[in-house]
Amino acid sequence: MMQRFRKPNVYFIAGGLLVFVVVQVLLSAGLLNDYWRGIIFWGAAISMVALGLNLIYGFNGQFSLGQYGFYAIGAYTSADITYRWVRGDPSAIVVVLFGSLLTLGLYVGVAAFLRRFYGVTVMARFTFYILATVLAFVVAVTLLVPWLGPLIAAGLHALPDAVSQQVVFFIALVGGASLAGIASFLFGIPVLELGSDYFGIATLGFTIIIKVLLDNTDTLLPFPEMKGARGMIGIPSWTTWVWVFSSLMLVIVVMRNILHSSVGRAIVSVREDERAAELVGIDVATTKVLAFVLGSVFAGLAGGIRAHDLAFLHPQNFNFIKSFDPLIIVVFGGLGSMTGTIITGFFWIFLLEGVLRLYLPQGFETWRLVVYPLVLLLMMLLRPEGLFGRYEIPFLRRVLPPLPPKSEVATTPTEEVRA
Amino acid sequence: MKGRPDGLSPEVEARPVVLEMEGVTHFFGNLRAVYNFDLTLRHGELVGLIGPNGAGKTTIFNLITGVYQATQGHIRYKGVNLLGLPSHEIIQMGIARTFQNIRLFANLTVLDNVRIAYHPHAGYGLMDSILHTRRFREKEAEMAQQAQEFLEIFGLGDRRNDIAGSLPYGLQRRLEIARALAAYPRLLLLDEPAAGMNPQEIDELMELIHFIRDRFDLTILLVEHRMRLVMNICEWITVMDFGEIIARGLPAEVRSDPHVIEAYLGRQAVEIK
Repeated sequence: MMQRFRKPNVYFIAGGLLVFVVVQVLLSAGLLNDYWRGIIFWGAAISMVALGLNLIYGFNGQFSLGQYGFYAIGAYTSADITYRWVRGDPSAIVVVLFGSLLTLGLYVGVAAFLRRFYGVTVMARFTFYILATVLAFVVAVTLLVPWLGPLIAAGLHALPDAVSQQVVFFIALVGGASLAGIASFLFGIPVLELGSDYFGIATLGFTIIIKVLLDNTDTLLPFPEMKGARGMIGIPSWTTWVWVFSSLMLVIVVMRNILHSSVGRAIVSVREDERAAELVGIDVATTKVLAFVLGSVFAGLAGGIRAHDLAFLHPQNFNFIKSFDPLIIVVFGGLGSMTGTIITGFFWIFLLEGVLRLYLPQGFETWRLVVYPLVLLLMMLLRPEGLFGRYEIPFLRRVLPPLPPKSEVATTPTEEVRA
Repeated sequence: MKGRPDGLSPEVEARPVVLEMEGVTHFFGNLRAVYNFDLTLRHGELVGLIGPNGAGKTTIFNLITGVYQATQGHIRYKGVNLLGLPSHEIIQMGIARTFQNIRLFANLTVLDNVRIAYHPHAGYGLMDSILHTRRFREKEAEMAQQAQEFLEIFGLGDRRNDIAGSLPYGLQRRLEIARALAAYPRLLLLDEPAAGMNPQEIDELMELIHFIRDRFDLTILLVEHRMRLVMNICEWITVMDFGEIIARGLPAEVRSDPHVIEAYLGRQAVEIK
């Protein structure tokens, strides 16, 4: 129990609370207008996306351009849940929540089933998992919605409006994150087995596919409320500073806790030397999928936050050029530095979307695509380890056990030789 | 028995079989890297596998650990067929190896290098990691303690927070062996552990190998180039050339075998003799 109250943890909690209170007071007192509130919330969302990417690329070594695809999945999924709910339709809640739960259950079953065979190929595994997913969601749509829908609606309406709204928002965020997780799992199984470069290109393809699907949600997909390329409007803007702050904290703490565990060491070992990791007994493929899914879940969560702040979603916000944003943030902040990612994420939005938009003439956005690559190039040349290198604030820093006092017992013959 | 020399003591021959390779053949495309290779190791043996460059020794290691899949033949570890298993599962069954060119996690600390090898035995799952549960803290403490003991054994105790890549060469070798042993293997495959070492370091290494064999109750298969090491510590030796076994026997027999001399020094050397 003692170690939980180590100094860095106390400072972190205190610092976090301070930030929370200050921003909350500024918001409540009306000192921050909607524009700057939007910038802060956006900064938090982009930081979560970039943290996810740092887990995938910075810590696990898998170059990915797919973050915006999962960000989009999270945004549209959660937006659809709340959009339908405020219009009296609980079906999306049932489908996403119970479909995901069912999928998870089936995945556990499939994994246990596949473990009984040796030498199951990747594509065979993929087929089983995708069949399980389809089955789960078909069951959710056809069997669960008719009777669970009214039940859940009745249950939620029994609560006071303010409470039921928060509950639905929570479900929407979880739903968005879990759909992003499921999509990344299905995508990761076949693709992560490819070499790193191919993986990067495949994730780029994934982002483009998602963008095309979003452009055609009303024609190709059965979601007329998403309005395809015209953009989805009418999403309730429920995101508050409490939600933003707690989501970001959740992402930071979960990621930090994982990285400081044996699982995290396995993740990092894959980045260091894949072959060596495999040959000290680490299941490299599973580790990669795990890091990829976690990173995507973070992005999905951020998507939900962003969608309910903006109250408007357009496929153009998720095109593949945008998917370089988190990559640039991660490279800037330092691959393998959580602190760097968060700070750079906030600054990125603060500077580019906040300050510059106010003071530069309208057309400056056209130049961004010229400036970004140049800045990135300079960065790569002058400071390839990123602004923060591997620096972490003490809370996020690895705790290295102190060296024990030198023991009296000489243990090996080799000990003497060294001395 | 196949894959063993004659003339070993009955006491040794009565021990259980650890590794059994039978008629193993491996092709890289049209190139025959290993042909009809037999090898049987019994518990507690320290066996050498030697041969000139390109003879296929490291390929044998890669076949055992599942890096390559044998084209033909059987590989069994304690009676379990290894063919078709992924590497990490083979390692988790109790086989560990080192590499010809050291492959540490060079940017991580010495302690982490060893702890990573414990990962399959960590004893807690993802949820414990996320929540840092009591189970997590207990197992982590246990793991750090065990890793520390390991490092002490290998004389790396006071360097555990150093970055592995910054260690001197000899210590890196030693750390690699420590990492291989961290997951409590029963069979250790050492791939040219003496490469790049001077005679004094080789003497230390010989002591170390004997020590770990006894201390951890291991069976060791050693691929080596340096005759000095092999002839001194191996109980028996298998010699390969061009993927085939050309000789097998006790060190003294192998040393005087004309096929071996020919393989190493060329035909003329035999004639001069």
